[in-house]
Amino acid sequence: MNIPNDLRYTKSDEWVRLNGEIAEIGITDYAQSELGDIVFLELPEAGRYLQLDESFGVIESVKAASDLYAPVEGEVAEVNTALMSALEVINQDPYGAGWMVRIRLKDPTQVQTLMTPEEYRNYRQI
Amino acid sequence: MKRTALYDAHRRHGGRMVEFAGWEMPVQYAGIIEETRAVRQRWGIFDVSHMARAYFQGAHTSEYLSKLVPSDLTKVADGIGQYTVLTNEQGGVVDDIILYRLEPQRWLVVFNAANREKDLAWFHRWRPEFGTDVTIDDQTEQTVMVAVQGPEAVARLSTLMGANLSAVPRFGIAQVDFQGTALWAGRTGYTGEDGFELIAPAELGEILWEALVEAGATPCGLGARDVLRVEAGLHLYGHELTDETNPIEAGLNWLVSERTDYIGAEIIQQVKQSGPQRKLMGVVLQERGVPREGYPVMIEGDAVGMLTSGVYSPTLEKGIGMAYIPASSAKAGMPCAVEIRGRAVPATLSTRRFLKQA
Repeated sequence: MNIPNDLRYTKSDEWVRLNGEIAEIGITDYAQSELGDIVFLELPEAGRYLQLDESFGVIESVKAASDLYAPVEGEVAEVNTALMSALEVINQDPYGAGWMVRIRLKDPTQVQTLMTPEEYRNYRQI
Repeated sequence: MKRTALYDAHRRHGGRMVEFAGWEMPVQYAGIIEETRAVRQRWGIFDVSHMARAYFQGAHTSEYLSKLVPSDLTKVADGIGQYTVLTNEQGGVVDDIILYRLEPQRWLVVFNAANREKDLAWFHRWRPEFGTDVTIDDQTEQTVMVAVQGPEAVARLSTLMGANLSAVPRFGIAQVDFQGTALWAGRTGYTGEDGFELIAPAELGEILWEALVEAGATPCGLGARDVLRVEAGLHLYGHELTDETNPIEAGLNWLVSERTDYIGAEIIQQVKQSGPQRKLMGVVLQERGVPREGYPVMIEGDAVGMLTSGVYSPTLEKGIGMAYIPASSAKAGMPCAVEIRGRAVPATLSTRRFLKQA
């Protein structure tokens, strides 16, 4: 199971990539593998302000539906609308082309409170 | 948890194991969508060894079985199977089953894994009244059952077995030789595709499975099996059929004969004559979304039913499901909506023949 070293992680299996004041967010390799083939995705509009832990979308596989939670607080700066017509990308490249939203952070230090790769590996026991 | 004789083979081929009806079964291998496509376009194989199989034998077996089902078994010849239901005194469905007549008084009965104990108890309960000379031999755990399904299934299997299996009629059953052992091959399935269900001694299971994989069949799990059966509009016990569901409202009129001497016949004939109050319909989403079991179905804002099954159909690239709808509204083409997370997603009622609408 791939857990890149330069990312931070949540208990609800999102990953966060910090670029200055922008946080890029997606779901982990573990999450896509557990869900299986993704068949539905609902993401917020750009401009929406997300509170910490707020549900910002829904992802569904053939087997299950799951909420997406904001791991950080801030405004949605960009949404990966290309995913909507190519949901298999989330299964194939969860940490790259499978990114979902970019959030302009209220407080960039918030990212440091999330799990490190090692903590996430221990948490999921993978 | 019970394991089928193919458990090791599943692990070897990367099957992801889950619990189903007390059995540890593969839910998927490469992925549910890929497996679904393989069966619609080429051929795939499923371990369905968890399903119950029993031989019924004795001088009055046909008469005994006739008392338990609404179908006319006098029309079933040797080597032919009949899909039917066990009915209860209230006209409800105890289980849906396949009865294969192997000989005039010897039948092979295939029934649902989740209902194995319940059905066996039911069969034994009616023996004193209708079949004291009938013996019931449950061979589930001594055998494996492998479903071979898809447009290429019959030709590929014929090559592998060195037999012309296309000569076996739909729902027919024949013995075929595989490496010196006789297998049962029933031309049925649960996918809406052509194919066979093979029954073999448990010790031959892995060899059979590996030979099929070697011949190019895609191993498929229960996930794809469920998607395929919903796409084909087929019932699953506990969902579309229950002890409280009668076969007429379930759209199984075709298997209900005019007979009046089986359990629950009076009520079922009554419903057949007056028409059911509700009917099992297909539901097709008109927007993106995944309909799932339990989601409310609405017509003009009123909840009129609930999805008994729902899936994303990779074949139609739409969300589809089934629901019992009041007879007055149960018309193909009727606009409706499925409530998904509080939102009414536009949908249309349809027949259960989803694939015919594609």
